[in-house]
Amino acid sequence: MIAIIDYGAGNLRSVTNALVKLGYQPKVTSEASDVLSANAVIFPGVGAAPDTVRNLRKSGLDDVIRQVIRENRPLLAICVGMQVLLSVTEEYGLNECLGVIPGVVKRLPSGLKVPHMGWNQVKQVTNHPIFNGIADGSNFYFVHSYYAEPDDARVVAGTTEYSVPLCSVLIKDSLIATQFHPEKSGELGLRMYDNFLKMAGVEG
Amino acid sequence: MLTKRIIPCLDVIGGRVVKGTSFTELRDAGDPVEQAAFYYQQGADELVFLDIGATPEGRDTMADVVEGVSEQVFIPLTVGGGLRSIDDMRRMLEAGADKTSINTAAVINHKIITEGAKRFGSQCIVIAIDARRVDDSSEPKWVVCTHGGRKPTEIDAIEWAKQAVDCGAGEILLTSWDEDGQQTGYDLELTRTISEAVTVPVIASGGAGNLEHLYEALVTGKADAVLAASIFHYRTYSIREAKEYLAERGIPIRL
Repeated sequence: MIAIIDYGAGNLRSVTNALVKLGYQPKVTSEASDVLSANAVIFPGVGAAPDTVRNLRKSGLDDVIRQVIRENRPLLAICVGMQVLLSVTEEYGLNECLGVIPGVVKRLPSGLKVPHMGWNQVKQVTNHPIFNGIADGSNFYFVHSYYAEPDDARVVAGTTEYSVPLCSVLIKDSLIATQFHPEKSGELGLRMYDNFLKMAGVEG
Repeated sequence: MLTKRIIPCLDVIGGRVVKGTSFTELRDAGDPVEQAAFYYQQGADELVFLDIGATPEGRDTMADVVEGVSEQVFIPLTVGGGLRSIDDMRRMLEAGADKTSINTAAVINHKIITEGAKRFGSQCIVIAIDARRVDDSSEPKWVVCTHGGRKPTEIDAIEWAKQAVDCGAGEILLTSWDEDGQQTGYDLELTRTISEAVTVPVIASGGAGNLEHLYEALVTGKADAVLAASIFHYRTYSIREAKEYLAERGIPIRL
């Protein structure tokens, strides 16, 4: 079973649509038991990180996500879903996040337009099956004003240039996180979901 | 490097795509879901749907259209036209839209921007500005038009753009009232002035008649994205032709 985590915010519909298009049948759920028994978990994110953290704590899903990562189950975190895995975010002051990946979420520097909105290239830093069939430097769709800066450079699997070189793909064991939105990144985005689910051993 | 976006716009009334000149004389141009899928396959970077009927029934139809499109098109979708409230916005986002474009409602009540940004995030809030040039002014000046371009106000377009961003708008969809439907080029002075005045991305709209016009809006107008309807609807150019042309002229483009 594929679980899409529903924490009462974020637009889950496009993620669901993408998986259905690929022939999967995901379950949108806020139940801990669903998430903990799933073969693959998707943690989408839209909106503000502090709100997301608050919603997760309220529903106890923060601990569920920590457990999924501790047990090394396949997890794909998207955009704000990626950001809240770090230690703290500078969004709306300094706010604590889930602290699974040590590091800070910073505001994009001024100079270029913020939000960073549109298609930008992802430079692949590591060879990883998540990139199967996706050429190095392919474009993905970004929309964000903050970016994750993990302490440990070894978790950075993809980078993208926008004022700063930012971490656009983060991988630690079975956890994969992207700053961009694969569900809005056309055929290559769909390919990335498919790669993730194949890696997780889910049948389409 | 961030690429410049090419955005086909679908003007919709009663579930059909239409096209006309200066908001009048509409012609039927097809089924929105089919059109959207066609543009997606050609490499459109985003799609914008505008309900130019802007009626409550139109909103119901539009939600259905968005639902249908979002099942087969995996690029960002913006919906606008007649959205009056946070509930209207929520409805479109739940139907599968990624952004909502607000014009008249935001001019009447700025709080809808702040409230929308707080609920859904700034990236969901596009402020659409229909700007009409004021001829008898010594300085270049544009005023905001509301109600689908029918109603000119006294509001200065540049000041409004800045204010909307301060309230939480994540993007500006800037249409030249004077150029819209004329196919003689975007209002480059307007586009550049607003793009330099705000910190968020600006989509240039109104006036595209050929590919050179797109280039000018991106370079001279400093727009982050260009929106066009007719040249793509009537197959004057395909999205791919437009993108290849711009890429050849040195614009960063996703091919």
